[in-house]
Amino acid sequence: MGCTASDVVAAIKAVADVVAEHKVELTQLDRAIGDADHGENLNRGFTAVLAALDGATPETPSAVLKTVATTLISKVGGAAGPLYGTAFLRAATATAKSDELDAAAVVAALTAALEGVVARGKAEPGDKTMVDALEPAVRASSAAADDGGDVAAVLRAAADAAASGAEATIPLVARKGRASYLGERSAGHLDPGARSSSLLLRALADVAAR
Amino acid sequence: MKKIINDPSTVVAESLRGFALAHADLVTVQEDPAVVYRADAPVPGKVALISGGGSGHEPMHGGYVGRGMLSAACPGAVFTSPTPDQMQDAITKTDGGAGVLLIVKNYTGDVLNFETAAELAAAEDVEVRSVVVDDDVAVKDSLYTAGRRGVGGTVLLEKIVGAAAERGDDLAACEALANRVIANVRSMGLALTACTVPHVGEPSFDLAEDEIEVGIGIHGEPGRQKMKIAPADELVDRLLDPILEDLPFTAGDRVLLFTNSMGGTPPIELYLAHGIAERKLADAGITVERRFVGPYITSLEMQGMSFTLLKLDDEMVGLWDAPVHTPALRWGV
Repeated sequence: MGCTASDVVAAIKAVADVVAEHKVELTQLDRAIGDADHGENLNRGFTAVLAALDGATPETPSAVLKTVATTLISKVGGAAGPLYGTAFLRAATATAKSDELDAAAVVAALTAALEGVVARGKAEPGDKTMVDALEPAVRASSAAADDGGDVAAVLRAAADAAASGAEATIPLVARKGRASYLGERSAGHLDPGARSSSLLLRALADVAAR
Repeated sequence: MKKIINDPSTVVAESLRGFALAHADLVTVQEDPAVVYRADAPVPGKVALISGGGSGHEPMHGGYVGRGMLSAACPGAVFTSPTPDQMQDAITKTDGGAGVLLIVKNYTGDVLNFETAAELAAAEDVEVRSVVVDDDVAVKDSLYTAGRRGVGGTVLLEKIVGAAAERGDDLAACEALANRVIANVRSMGLALTACTVPHVGEPSFDLAEDEIEVGIGIHGEPGRQKMKIAPADELVDRLLDPILEDLPFTAGDRVLLFTNSMGGTPPIELYLAHGIAERKLADAGITVERRFVGPYITSLEMQGMSFTLLKLDDEMVGLWDAPVHTPALRWGV
């Protein structure tokens, strides 16, 4: 059984709740090696996403993802707005033809999202960015689908891999984004973008498991 | 946190409201999406200059909107880049048919959002070019960083290119001049205290009573190095030496020296530092032809300062001296 538009809306609402819960944590992580606004900005963006979804009833999963994308791009600012916005926009494009998303479609959406983030931000694995969570997540989700996993299994694999990937950013020296200005002093801190990517995927996996 | 605010989430909007009332003769302030326009925009046949960035650096950029400088400024949340919808609105309302130059400071967020806006504007058939300012010598420009940050040089660029646009230079000429300024300007700053972002509520980095942070940016981000506070003579060296070595500036050069307060450093200390810097530059055989001293690109209430040095040519001197009439800068009118 695949995910319908209303399933995707429910998942996005869960993501918004998780972002709100972790707002202070994300801002604190950003305070250490960035400019202390990541939690605040994402929360502002997803609050606007909730408002946009309240006023509209997108008919396909792709339309829901596109609403999320355009809202994040116009409301978040900073680097997170264009990066997450592009991720959701590419995911919307990748799923444009589907009324329901099966495991393969979810993998295609995650793959497209990662490609979008890399194209916009030009970060590579190991640069201490959200790519360090998303790249292993995409690989794990693809492997789970190849093993015959359903949507829940695919998202669980993605969330687990993203969590490990985010943790693995702690010893890294940042080479992209504001943390890169710190040079060696950026080592020893969890990257806030990798952490938020991991939280987003965990929220999606938790919804799919229900 | 002690600040004259009501609610951290309305600081920018409430401040813009006061700014609009204080300068209604020069600018029009739109609340949503937030944009500060020149009161007479669009000016037909003139290249429009648009900048923007996080709030908290006032008077940059809104204070530089007006005749002889910017056509519009897009203020983001505190220390957060503005969004493409603000920039698109600014582009549409200031384009006088001669094209638009976007002045972007080199931060990941600013660059990404301005890139997105430029793509959207190109789809609307407005001719848009962008220049990226990256004058902070504290950051190594390498494959291993996001590149140098745009800091004090941005203000000088906005004044000089603003004057060129006002006299009728076309878009290509304005872009080339902007890149010439970028190629010849270098900056570095230090902080005696961190600043407190309203929605964070605590200082943006930790400094002991006798410590300073050298090589800071303008967003309360920590610098590259902490050191013990030292006499002003030594602090000035700490900032000027890396600037001079970088370009490099050498004997015989003519320069504009911009001595900037990060917001909390009072004029008495700023002039003291400026005087030392002028003496050191004279000793190095460098001629200070123009000076600019004050809080012009700030980090909220941070105590600290930065120097910006611009290598001048005759055209830049003329454009620097040209009339300007904005909320924060006014001469020749």
